[in-house]
Amino acid sequence: MDPVFDNLDLFWSGFLQTLGFIAWAAVGSLILGTLIAACRVSPVAPARAFGAAYVTLVRNVPLTVVLFFFAFGIPELGINRSFYFFGICSLIVYTAAFVCEALRSGINSVSAGQAEAARAIGLTFTQSLGQVILPQAFRSTIPPLGSVLIAMVKNSAVVGAFGVSGDLFAVYRGLTGAGGLQAFPVLIGVAVGFLIITIPAGITLAVLERKLAIAR
Amino acid sequence: MSAPSVLFDLPGPKARRRHRIGAVLVIAVAAVFVYIAVRRLADRGQFDGELWSPLFNPGHEDFADVWNFIWLGLQSTLYAAGIAIAGALVIGTVIGSTRILLSTSRTGRLLRIPLVVVMELLRGLPVVITILLTFTFFRYIDFRLDFLPGEELMWYVAVGLILYNSVIIAEILRAGVASLPRGQAEAARAIGLSEGATMRLVLLPQAFRIMLPALISQLVVVLKDTSLGLLIGFHELLWRSNRLAQLYDNPLQALATAGVIYILINYALSRVAVWTESRVSHAAGGRKAAAKTEKATGAITGG
Repeated sequence: MDPVFDNLDLFWSGFLQTLGFIAWAAVGSLILGTLIAACRVSPVAPARAFGAAYVTLVRNVPLTVVLFFFAFGIPELGINRSFYFFGICSLIVYTAAFVCEALRSGINSVSAGQAEAARAIGLTFTQSLGQVILPQAFRSTIPPLGSVLIAMVKNSAVVGAFGVSGDLFAVYRGLTGAGGLQAFPVLIGVAVGFLIITIPAGITLAVLERKLAIAR
Repeated sequence: MSAPSVLFDLPGPKARRRHRIGAVLVIAVAAVFVYIAVRRLADRGQFDGELWSPLFNPGHEDFADVWNFIWLGLQSTLYAAGIAIAGALVIGTVIGSTRILLSTSRTGRLLRIPLVVVMELLRGLPVVITILLTFTFFRYIDFRLDFLPGEELMWYVAVGLILYNSVIIAEILRAGVASLPRGQAEAARAIGLSEGATMRLVLLPQAFRIMLPALISQLVVVLKDTSLGLLIGFHELLWRSNRLAQLYDNPLQALATAGVIYILINYALSRVAVWTESRVSHAAGGRKAAAKTEKATGAITGG
């Protein structure tokens, strides 16, 4: 494991870069996913159709295909950006579909009786949405949304593996290619970097889930 | 919409008019977007015959070769996914039921700790890393898998996928067993079955039935993940499409074709999962179990 311990500073900067990448993708996919979820539950039929089509297409395609499409296809249209930018875009486009489904399942998990009861006691649309429906929807949305974000962290490794500069995988390629170090121990270092993010996130999510559980 | 939404009532005349205006707006915006996209594609010559015809013109000299090339890739993809899911099912069942059985005795609970640690590690690792770790590990200890049938590189992908997915399947099964009514296990013990026999003869068969939809959905995830094999040079569907893209200099067309193939297969699989779900949802705890798996795996959300 010497190759890892001798290059801890490199690993550290790669780790930070990966974290930054994840933060951008998380914010982006939450925004895009919310927009698409809004389409999917809206009363406007074409908007629902668009949301459904987006989710069906993106969920059934591998992230690698989305990534290749951005990296090799989009430049064909004369749009040239850094791989870092395209990498974040593909992760956002891919994750948004899953964010949308998590949000939608949260909204649908509120029983229609709750909304009917809210209207029956004379709450306005805004009041029933803000005080009855959304609080319950958020509670049951957090667990699936958490799993989606953890999966997104893991998926960021796919983008990294195809070459974002400066992240954990770039450290791996640098050390095993030019550095000439053995690939396996270095890869273990990269793996530990990801576990440091995913395992605490998983534990936090499990605790949250127990606290938020609603008996239905 | 099939179910009444909690967000809005049945629309009255005014709301219906608003919705119609909304619909027109959405369609207008979509049309503008499509128009811009098509214009851009046309300006860049992306509709030129030479980019499409190797893929879609049977008269093109390379047409048969191209599709044969893609077909080989699709075979590799399906083969790898099949082996991975079969292996993960067997190993996942073993570790899943072991974990449940261990929790029934005091010494077992101690023995369970290392098992849970390994499971958590495998679950927390990105599957790309698991595949690369598998590949580099076999190279590191200088052990080849070329004695196995088929493409050697496929086996590293398959082993990596099995490592990751057997844990997921173990969790799916555990959720399934947990959702069974307690009386099932009690009755089995009452007629004198051992813990192992209870698991094998009574609990697992029911858990499998309930979990069938989740297991089929997992197949979609595995199929998508085989495309990570191109990182180690496994000649699956995406690797081959990318190769075609380089040969004919048509990445948009070649990748779109690959995308459509993935979508068709995976969409069909997920329809099968939904259909199976409607068939087994009458079984005890079906819905409860489905909700639990969503939580247990999180993998259904991943790639």
